[in-house]
Amino acid sequence: MNREVKGSLKSFVVELLVYATLVVGYFFLVQHFLADWIAHVFQGDRRVYAAAALALIVGQGIALELLTGALFALIRPRMDDK
Amino acid sequence: MNFLISGAHISPIYLISVGFIVGVLGGFFGVGGSFLAGPALYAVGVPMNFVVGTDLAHIVGKSIVAARKHRALGNIDMKLGAIMVLGTIAGVEAGAQIIQWLKRTAHIDIAVGVTFIVVLLGISGFMTWESIKTLRLHGHGKATNKNRGREHPSKREPSAAAHIARRIHAINLPPYISLPVSGVERVSVWAILIVAFVGGFFSGFLGGGAGYIRMPCLIYLLGIPTHIAVGTDLFEIIISASYGTITHALKGNVDILIALVMHTGAAIGAQIGATLTQFFGGARIRMAFIPLPIIGVIIIIHGLLTGHSAK
Repeated sequence: MNREVKGSLKSFVVELLVYATLVVGYFFLVQHFLADWIAHVFQGDRRVYAAAALALIVGQGIALELLTGALFALIRPRMDDK
Repeated sequence: MNFLISGAHISPIYLISVGFIVGVLGGFFGVGGSFLAGPALYAVGVPMNFVVGTDLAHIVGKSIVAARKHRALGNIDMKLGAIMVLGTIAGVEAGAQIIQWLKRTAHIDIAVGVTFIVVLLGISGFMTWESIKTLRLHGHGKATNKNRGREHPSKREPSAAAHIARRIHAINLPPYISLPVSGVERVSVWAILIVAFVGGFFSGFLGGGAGYIRMPCLIYLLGIPTHIAVGTDLFEIIISASYGTITHALKGNVDILIALVMHTGAAIGAQIGATLTQFFGGARIRMAFIPLPIIGVIIIIHGLLTGHSAK
């Protein structure tokens, strides 16, 4: 296995671990704070629910990607030094 | 875990696992993965009307993660994507309207099912022939690293079916546009809009992102390099799936909590899938894509035999 592939795989594993940690934390946050509120909105006003649904999934997509990117940028230089 | 909106009781581990699998497929092939996620949700008791809407919502989040990764890798042609948005939205609406009209006709499931089987098998058969021929003519199709950083590897991509795109590029129907990111010097805007319309039409007609139609169309009809086709297709899926999420949510067909939990797995998978594209040449990616339309065929046949429509 050449050095470049080894480096990429290492980065890959770190990225995966960071994501997995975020996912577990986020999952409990969603379950704890969002479940009742979003069900209430669903029953109350479909237009607000539709907007909230799209905002939540887009927000989650961007937030997970940005957060991991930022953490990965912090981790990568330290890995490259080794 | 109880999901109050749809009334379903599903293990979050199951949802995260399903999300992870379709995330890898989505990141690698530029597809929404609804042909797998839909049946997977239905199998654990999510009502059919919630399956389509919820799947679309999770596809939005996953495609954002994968598209951002592809953008960082230089795999998205924003100019092409922006033009395609117009055709995609028109196509989604046309597909949705036609399915509503056809639902009033007798034997519609068989007619639509058989049409899709022919189209999907045609795509799969053509891609098999093209990938094998390209790999025989031009070697093993591994991603080359020699010029990394100087030129995007996909721009040197050989294809045995390049003549089809050359003919479409030669169509004299103004206005024309150049796509420098994709290496296309001149193509009619109408050709791009028609390809986007076809992808959007299938998305509105069958549900999901319809990447299994749009991705081959981008490669073989418009001559877009495979890596850029994957990235740009994901960008299109964000648009079509967002539109679908809003319309289905208004009808009460989206359980956003299921989508959010699925997306946590899909986000990891999409990162992995998008990163993996760096290690494979275009012909290899196209060859690995071949089973996907066949899976779609199996799902349609299953739907026809059991009486469950694919939509």
